[in-house]
Amino acid sequence: MNLNELTIHELRDKLAAGETTALAIAEAVFRRIDAVESKIHAFISLMRESALEEAAAADRRIAAGDATDLTGIPIAVKDVLCTKGSPTTCGSRILENFVPPYDATVIAKLKAAGAVIIGKTNMDEFAMGSSTERSAFGLTRNPWDLERIPGGSSGGSAAAMAADECIAAIGTDTGGSIRQPASLCGVVGLKPTYGLVSRYGLVAFASSLDQIGPFAKDAEDCAIMLNALAGHDPKDSTSVPAEAPDYRMFPGREAKGWTVGIPKEYFVEGIDPEISAAVNGVIATLERLGVAFREVSLPRTKYCVAVYYIIAPSEASSNLARYDGVRYGFRSAGSRNLIDMFKQSRLEGFGSEVKRRIMIGTYSLSAGYYDAYYKKASQVRTLMRQDFDEAFKTCDALVTPVTPTPAFRIGEKMDDPIQMYLSDIFTLSTNLAGLPGISVPCGYTTTGLPIGVQFMARHFDEGKLLTIASALERETPFEKRRPAL
Amino acid sequence: MEFEPVIGLEVHAQLLTKSKIFCGCSTAFGADPNSHTCPICLGMPGVLPALNRKVVEYAMKMALAVHCRINGASSFARKNYFYPDLPKGYQISQYDLPLAEKGCVDVDLEEGRKRIGITRVHIEEDAGKSLHDEKTAYSYVDLNRTGVPLIEIVSEPDMRSPEEGAAYLRRLHEILVYLEICDGNMEEGSFRCDANVSIRPQGTERFGTRTELKNMNSFRNVQLALEYEIERQAQVLRAGGTVVQETRLWDAAARVTHSMRGKEEAHDYRYFPDPDLVPIVISDEWIEKIRATFPELPMEKRDRFIREYDIPRYDAQVLTAARALGDFFEETVRHCGKPKTASNWIMGDILALVKEEKIEIQDIPVSPKALAEMIALIEDGTISGKIAKDVFQTMWKTGKDARFIVEEQGLVQITDAAELDSVIDTVLAAHPRQFEEFRNGKAPLFGFFVGQVMKATKGKANPQTVNELLKKKLSLR
Ligand SMILES: [Zn+2]
Repeated sequence: MNLNELTIHELRDKLAAGETTALAIAEAVFRRIDAVESKIHAFISLMRESALEEAAAADRRIAAGDATDLTGIPIAVKDVLCTKGSPTTCGSRILENFVPPYDATVIAKLKAAGAVIIGKTNMDEFAMGSSTERSAFGLTRNPWDLERIPGGSSGGSAAAMAADECIAAIGTDTGGSIRQPASLCGVVGLKPTYGLVSRYGLVAFASSLDQIGPFAKDAEDCAIMLNALAGHDPKDSTSVPAEAPDYRMFPGREAKGWTVGIPKEYFVEGIDPEISAAVNGVIATLERLGVAFREVSLPRTKYCVAVYYIIAPSEASSNLARYDGVRYGFRSAGSRNLIDMFKQSRLEGFGSEVKRRIMIGTYSLSAGYYDAYYKKASQVRTLMRQDFDEAFKTCDALVTPVTPTPAFRIGEKMDDPIQMYLSDIFTLSTNLAGLPGISVPCGYTTTGLPIGVQFMARHFDEGKLLTIASALERETPFEKRRPAL
Repeated sequence: MEFEPVIGLEVHAQLLTKSKIFCGCSTAFGADPNSHTCPICLGMPGVLPALNRKVVEYAMKMALAVHCRINGASSFARKNYFYPDLPKGYQISQYDLPLAEKGCVDVDLEEGRKRIGITRVHIEEDAGKSLHDEKTAYSYVDLNRTGVPLIEIVSEPDMRSPEEGAAYLRRLHEILVYLEICDGNMEEGSFRCDANVSIRPQGTERFGTRTELKNMNSFRNVQLALEYEIERQAQVLRAGGTVVQETRLWDAAARVTHSMRGKEEAHDYRYFPDPDLVPIVISDEWIEKIRATFPELPMEKRDRFIREYDIPRYDAQVLTAARALGDFFEETVRHCGKPKTASNWIMGDILALVKEEKIEIQDIPVSPKALAEMIALIEDGTISGKIAKDVFQTMWKTGKDARFIVEEQGLVQITDAAELDSVIDTVLAAHPRQFEEFRNGKAPLFGFFVGQVMKATKGKANPQTVNELLKKKLSLR
């Protein structure tokens, strides 16, 4: 097996035993990138030079006996996280030339742990999309079928994982942007509880929904990544001032005796039958392991898409106001006056989906419409949280599909924003409620496309998600499969 | 028809915290453009605000000083608009849940004391500055001021004349400076005021259409702008027109207001709760802790000075204009027990020297105790008031105490009647012509003789004794 195909914990053990070096791992990863990247286009930019330096530094650290689980581990980072001195584009023309003068907190944490940052992955512009077709720098292809999308918006990270172009990856999830591509690419993806991971340095799309989380090859790697990411950050007022546990203790525990809820609103007409079958297979497997299942109701589920597509664009319309061509990023040439400069820079710098959402958000916050849209949506959001609180009174976790369909064809939904929005229908609610959610590989379609299952848990109960994911892995190790490229 | 003006004021005060409201940058004024900036106040992609707790404490002080109710939980909102000196494209402010609400302040007017309602006190961040170069047609942006903490104090429309407006403003200014939370510098913009003005026929209740006045950067300009605007609105109405709801700019040079933007051009700020910040939660304990640090406020101090020291209102006003001056006065009185004498010295010689030498009250080289000792020397007749003036100058320059100077320079007052009698005899003998004229009814010459006696004694003669002795002498002859 090539080094780039191994997990974090396997590589950690090899490094500790002196069987390999961080430099060798990094070189293996870049060899793989050189071989397959032209087919996938998972990355917007590579950081080859600094990565090899970091790998060499990691080897020195390992030699000095000062290694962490992540020392020397190559990690791909979604291009929405600021990396000091390296371009951070958010998949947008408007930030094409933007080089941040600072590291995002999670980047600083990964570096402090000795991880090797190999490059910045492709994404839908400003994380607005579900297919990674909305990047100003070209689309990313699904390694399982190059004619299909990898999901989005963290499609670059998910595809890099599936293609073994990295050992682990970082994504962000505002309405499913980690879990949906993880599901479509056959890897593990975790969206932590809102407030568990610092958002400082994450270029904001919708601040009350955005969370940073890991893509991993299995539950144990996911726990290792979460250990590095989680924790209070005084720079992010919404990060929770509590100490995170050592998540490595959760994979491998037993889920026996747990009750998992099946929200009936998530098992409806229109779900691909192969997905229904795969999720039912998961339920059967876990029942065998002593997990009890019961039907629960989340009655406000039907409002999810409407609420999300008011709140997220509203926040985005304000978050994206700073891209005005004055201080950094793209400025349209030849504007005659100030207003003109603002308008032209934004007109030329933003893609159509971003503009659509800025307009929806601006409208929802406008005088005379605020009460009917933003305020009403916020009120419904509160009720949705109560639905979950109610369900979690009797359940340790909830199980749902991640997506209604497997990976769709490139271009299939580009002209139909509503269909595109509906591909996130099962993942939006956890963001609206601030809950953690995980997508775990649970099968394949007859055409060989990956299928994922989603588990949700109470706030800060990521441990349960890791336990249940690892239980499933032991029984049905779908995450071990790799596409032929 | 007679009109009654209705005025409400919005005051923005920069808080004197060392660092900005949401980042660690310095708030110092006058640095090189854009030198006090960081990714956070530059509004770089990905940055987040982290609230400076001191800002909340300073704002709470003001809110408590104007008797507001402090909200147990208040929240930040975004005010969205595009402008080059607003790096994020929105200003973080407070909207539907301000820090504090429903307060009041009393102002002293000629006709007596009046209570002005305070609608709210809230926290927000300042914007940067745009500098427009007319010659090159370039605009420059300086973001040093971006993120400097502000509080906005909004009054009820309770003022009925430009004088009341100015008095209210002075009062807020005085409190802010007293609390040491704002330097109150209007020229540098650390204390700014916008006004809402309307007029209505005398005796009616309904508010007229109001205009908002901006760009008034001194107390005097606020008053002038209000006067102008009230008269302008009255002329519009008298001519049968209607006042238009709009924002008007005060042109201090031309002394007029002119229209900046009408109602239809007014911004829709699309306020909504800022998702990057959590609510400000304020416990009763925190409020009490802040209240415990409270100094006595100027108006209360003024009233107490009048009551306790029996000094005129005018004196009390001068002495309480700055916190340090009031402290100086009280300390002096504590040592000498002569409030009016102390007040006279402070308001006269001391403030004159402070002004002349452009120093701060805190830097006065004569201590209250030293001043009190000098006053005691006057009171016990050791030196005359006139000699004291010179002694005080020497104290100021050398830092020596009064008794030392008096002894060193032999300035002890001559009160001995026999000694003074002989001096008077000498003086009268030396000026026979004047003496003759005095006797023929030229009364003002009395002062001449006093002067000659003082001159002969180098000012050391006790003026009262000299007076008595002279009167006796002159009437005897
Ligand atoms: Zn700063």
